[in-house]
Amino acid sequence: MRSFVLALAATTAACASAPPASTRPTPSDSTARAAMPAAGTPGSPGAGALSTPNADPFPSTYKPFASRATVIRNVTIMTAAGPTIRNGAVVLRDGKIAAVGATVDVPADALVIDGAGKFLTPGIIDDHSHLGVYAAPGGQALSDGNEATNPTTPYVWAEHSVWPQDPQFPRNLAGGVTTLQILPGSANLIGGRSVVLKNVPARTVQGMKFPGAKYGLKMACGENPKRVYSTRGPATRMGNVAGYRTAWINAEAYRRRWDKWNADKKGDPPSRDLGMETLAEVLRGNILVHNHCYRGDEMAQMIDIAREFGYRIRSFHHGVEAYKVADLLARDSISASVWSDWGAFKMEAIDAIRGNMALLQKAGVRVIMHSDDPSGSQRLNQEAAKAMYEGRRLGIDISEDDAIKWMTINPAWALDLDKQIGSIETGKNADVVLWTGNPFSVYSKAERVWIDGALLFDRNDPKQQWRTDFEIGFVPPPTVGGSR
Amino acid sequence: MRTLVIAAAVSLGAGVAGAQTIAITGGTVYPVSGPKIENGTVLVRDGKVVAVGANVAVPAGAQRVNATGKWVTPGLVNAATQIGVVEIGAVNDTRDAFARGRDQIAASVRVWEGFNPRSVLIAPAREEGVTTVVVVPGGGLVSGQAAITDLDAPESSVRSLHGPVAMVAEIGGSQQGGVGSRAELIGKLRELLADARFYGTNRAAFDRGDARALSASRADLAALQPVLAGTLPMLISADRESDIVAALDLAKEFGFRLILGDGAEAWMVADRLAAAKVPVITGAMNNIPSGFEALGKRQENAGLLRKAGVSVAIIGNAGGGDEEAFNVRNIRYEAGNAVAYGMSWDDALRAVTLAPAQMFGAGARIGSLEAGKVANVVVWSGDPFELGTRAEHVFVGGREIMEPTRQQMLEDRYKTLPPEYRQR
Repeated sequence: MRSFVLALAATTAACASAPPASTRPTPSDSTARAAMPAAGTPGSPGAGALSTPNADPFPSTYKPFASRATVIRNVTIMTAAGPTIRNGAVVLRDGKIAAVGATVDVPADALVIDGAGKFLTPGIIDDHSHLGVYAAPGGQALSDGNEATNPTTPYVWAEHSVWPQDPQFPRNLAGGVTTLQILPGSANLIGGRSVVLKNVPARTVQGMKFPGAKYGLKMACGENPKRVYSTRGPATRMGNVAGYRTAWINAEAYRRRWDKWNADKKGDPPSRDLGMETLAEVLRGNILVHNHCYRGDEMAQMIDIAREFGYRIRSFHHGVEAYKVADLLARDSISASVWSDWGAFKMEAIDAIRGNMALLQKAGVRVIMHSDDPSGSQRLNQEAAKAMYEGRRLGIDISEDDAIKWMTINPAWALDLDKQIGSIETGKNADVVLWTGNPFSVYSKAERVWIDGALLFDRNDPKQQWRTDFEIGFVPPPTVGGSR
Repeated sequence: MRTLVIAAAVSLGAGVAGAQTIAITGGTVYPVSGPKIENGTVLVRDGKVVAVGANVAVPAGAQRVNATGKWVTPGLVNAATQIGVVEIGAVNDTRDAFARGRDQIAASVRVWEGFNPRSVLIAPAREEGVTTVVVVPGGGLVSGQAAITDLDAPESSVRSLHGPVAMVAEIGGSQQGGVGSRAELIGKLRELLADARFYGTNRAAFDRGDARALSASRADLAALQPVLAGTLPMLISADRESDIVAALDLAKEFGFRLILGDGAEAWMVADRLAAAKVPVITGAMNNIPSGFEALGKRQENAGLLRKAGVSVAIIGNAGGGDEEAFNVRNIRYEAGNAVAYGMSWDDALRAVTLAPAQMFGAGARIGSLEAGKVANVVVWSGDPFELGTRAEHVFVGGREIMEPTRQQMLEDRYKTLPPEYRQR
């Protein structure tokens, strides 16, 4: 334990220095840390009593894995930033994409990979995952995604439920997924904070946390909350809406009290409330709203509620009826995180259509292929393909360059990480996937996956296939060509 | 709203386009029962296939379907669905697949008696080349009896629905079926089968009330007789290797024909399954150790079983909607994934056509393109397993059903926002 304490102290000290001027307010912002006393300082009042914007009590400890300069050449590159580059090349160096184009300068020390016949894409980003909070092998012991004890639980944080040894993480990595937003479930009107993770092995969830990523807030419309709380309420959709509004009314008052105190530090600080603090952070724009909502009419109502209280909805999730209100989503720059073809499993999902994504794209909505499922997330490329081809059937021209964005730069935007990840552009994080063939073919698989320039998965090398602690002894080991 | 209603009625009226003799010409034909035929012809008359080959004379007056550059296969068979018995998963009024049974035993339940041929999920499945489904009940220890049906038009007077084609049961673990341990579960199944055997030989005494107490109702015991006689297969879902072995042992002990369902760890006992000639119905997109009974789940399962000589039918069972009636159509992508994980393409096509047909006693009627078989035929724009391929023509019993799906009608409605909906 001793070394941990020392490391923590060092980190805290480092944060006293000013961040680069370009750094926007994030959980690693200096003002956040300034309010944090050194761990265990005797006699210090403790920041735990104060509600501080962008506080970061569980900071990321992620460090990029060891990498070497790597060139992948003679490969088809779907950049998610511009047109596909045939016979292109990329240079990954020091965790970043150092160059991309038809030709690149090959560093003398670089490992050179021939990508003939293969495709390179940005790492896949799933903005709706429950890995770790509903970990395999499942059962009550690992059911940690819904704090279904109260319809409004903004005080819970998904990261406190994430089991880093969930064997679903490496399986998602083998599907090319490099970044995940882990959300609480949808039992509650307001389900708690999400966390953005890099899909890497770690002992703690903090070792997976994406440095500087904003938190998200999970909200849920419709059937789930009213079913879960049918006896104590809300038991109806109108009860749901009253529940959201009541919470925001309280949150707005809380935000004002604390903003005033944080500005003038006069008198006793107001009492801190974990749930109200999360909602106040939404109202300040520091936390992004991810709203589970199936029906178009309910999305319209949620947009009105957001306007009433002055927050923005970053993405409607599941949105099987988003196509019905595509114009409303486009107008308010709300993205749609949807499936290609899952529907009819409940009443609010009966109008699901495969053309959803194409119709949304046509209307100018930022479209995201999400999973909400540990199996589907391994094949977001196939899901995107289905939606792309359905668009073409409807006469809507969806190119592969459009569809690749659905699972890369668009979800990166939903997480406000589109400056760092989501496309193959010079200077961005070197999160890339080498596919055995065109990713929109049913026969293609992720062959190698890099995160921050480090090779973390190689289908042809069992030694490069992360096995969680859980898998050891319980699960037969991977083979060449991999059971992943 | 009035115009909307009328428009919908008109599209629904599109109905069935039929012809007595149809010649599908010029395509690459994959009959499944034999090697592929380049530039082949499939000749259909009165709902049946009458000739398949490279040199088939097309009678004058036949309706021609030009399949040049296309792929022609038998209609796909999805071997484990709840289509027609579950419309909307979370709406109880539309759920007819899960009987209560007596003490988890529902052997007498004939799931097809609740089948709704007007399910709106049938058209989407058919539209993507699924022409036959096996409708399987679920829940409990013995779930009931399965049926097979072609996805023909609901108004068809020659409904192909046929049952029973299997008795369905599950060995799912220690907490299933109202028991406290695996051994108790298997013991309960053994007691049921033994009582059914006793009932079969002492029926008159039982009816007189002159027999010992038996563990199930008279109807359930009677329903199990064809299983014991070896005329009706028992489809047992089991994932853990030891549960699969228990099912094999029970089959041997009671002499019934076993079909293994799901079989996450079946690859571990592939040789035993092959030796016992037990077919397996499983998926190819599931690799999550989703329970302690499925730690060995892997995507190569189907391919490994086939390599060992096991007859395999591919279904969707990876979760995330794969197994739901809404996506019965996606079975072809499941087959494509099986190929990506080691199954040969030919075997994968067999696994969604002839193999399931044979498992459920329909191998002489459907599942391949051969003279005399029902004309369930699909003309694809390309490789049927590929995500960009479309089913361009789907014939069920020789008829092409043009009914638009509910999903297409919604797409049509919202492609351009109708005037009634312009106001937010």
